[in-house]
Amino acid sequence: MRSTGTEPAPTEPARPFGWGRTLFLTLVARPLVRFMTGMDVVGREHLPRRGPAIVAANHNSHMDAFILLGLFPIGALHQVRPVAAADYFLANPVVSWMSRRVVGITPISRTVKRGEDVLAPAREALARGEIILVFPEGTRSRDGRMAPLKAGVARLAEAFPEVPVVPVWIQGAGRVLPKGAITPVPMNCTAMVGEPVRWTGDKHGFMADLKTRLDALAEAAPPQKWSEDA
Amino acid sequence: MMAPLTAGPFSLHPHVAMGLAAVLAVLTLASVLVLALPRLKPRFDATELRLRVWSWWGMVALTGAALALGWPAVTVLFALVAFIALREFLSLAPLRREDRLIVLFAYLTVPLAFGLVVLDMYGIYVVSIPVWFFLTVPFLMALAGQTRAYLATVATLTWAVIVCVYTLGTIPLLMRLPDAEAPAGAAGLVFLLLFVTEANDVLQYLCGKAFGRHKIVPKVSPNKTWEGFLGGWILSAGLFWFLAPVFTGLDRIEALIVALVLPVAGFAGDVTMSAVKRDLGVKDTSRLIPGHGGVLDRIDSLTFTAPLYFHLMAYYALDRY
Repeated sequence: MRSTGTEPAPTEPARPFGWGRTLFLTLVARPLVRFMTGMDVVGREHLPRRGPAIVAANHNSHMDAFILLGLFPIGALHQVRPVAAADYFLANPVVSWMSRRVVGITPISRTVKRGEDVLAPAREALARGEIILVFPEGTRSRDGRMAPLKAGVARLAEAFPEVPVVPVWIQGAGRVLPKGAITPVPMNCTAMVGEPVRWTGDKHGFMADLKTRLDALAEAAPPQKWSEDA
Repeated sequence: MMAPLTAGPFSLHPHVAMGLAAVLAVLTLASVLVLALPRLKPRFDATELRLRVWSWWGMVALTGAALALGWPAVTVLFALVAFIALREFLSLAPLRREDRLIVLFAYLTVPLAFGLVVLDMYGIYVVSIPVWFFLTVPFLMALAGQTRAYLATVATLTWAVIVCVYTLGTIPLLMRLPDAEAPAGAAGLVFLLLFVTEANDVLQYLCGKAFGRHKIVPKVSPNKTWEGFLGGWILSAGLFWFLAPVFTGLDRIEALIVALVLPVAGFAGDVTMSAVKRDLGVKDTSRLIPGHGGVLDRIDSLTFTAPLYFHLMAYYALDRY
């Protein structure tokens, strides 16, 4: 499945996750997320069983990455890697260590410097055959609605045209732990997994496709949202 | 009082053990039937039915183990059930952004109510939610400052807590009775309630499938029929009447009264929760229990039968409450 030729060779060798991460995600994060969200899943059969694959989800909460990690069987966790903003998650040493070694993020820069390829770490992860979790909105939304999608995911799909891009709509996570909140409140969430989108050869068409799929999943999700957002 | 059957930390009155054995026998029969169904009726899709029967095994195992472990385990089990049911309810109900921390406050009724059961403070349990929680929540919501849909939201939150927490607390309250209060002990009283409530659900469903013709509440629950309701009623009432002398201290007249009202309460709980779900536009309250839906879908009838059973028992046959 791995595409050859177009993707750059990994600049750093794959750093395998230790068993400690899997243990933490399985014994601590998973039960906690289940307690906080109920972890309902619709369309689990659409999830990729092995990498390389891209999972593209809407973003409302820090819970999102843990909800997505919770979708995968324990045996597959070692190849699942959330892509996260370097400016936020590498900001201080403690959060940085947790993010990289425990959650296992691939940090990417949100501010483009001249000549820098911000997507390189994500491409390397795909080249290693990993499943990457991306939030194409680029940041957490505050009102449960989806912000305009950034095209980075299209560039990844273009570089790896064989790789499936699986849309996931996460309903309700913004109520459990919204942006800016400190206290989490248990409320049921539902992960709506859709059929994979494939690279169509055209960036606009691909992004429109992805947005349509995510909107349709949002439409079909249970009403786990605030009444004013209905 | 007969000597209990014990194994390690598990201990069951022989009658409760026989009751559980009977449930397991029925479940085994049901499992064989759903496995054979594809051969008997090749065009019938039995996937959902099969999931439902497998889930019953899990629920019976959990409940049976809790009953055998005694009142602390039953209290923990139903506190967990109450929490999950309340989480399902409050996640689907129309609440406002400003209510987020009020929801957290509402969850505190679970440790409050079940904690009072543990402390054996029935007098305070009775008023804790319907007086003190009901007064505190509207005040806190007023402080939060959002007055749009204020009254409707107060009603939603308070009713959710009554249905999901307050009514279920009566089950561990029964477990706290001294064993001398009932012929098969406290666990026997709880077993009878759970058994007849769930049997009524299943019997109404089966009678409806077999004989259902005339819809009973078409706007709320179009699959329910008079035939299902009446068939389930008669069979469940008969079941209760037959088992009452084994598990309760009710005399024949009292047992007849409970036998007649309990299945009606089960039907009422079922229809009431159907109305809530129809209003919210959902079929199930979550997907936690394969083939059944959410915890609230499974316990809808129990939220009505538990308090009714508790109060009738307390009135007729219990010294403690």
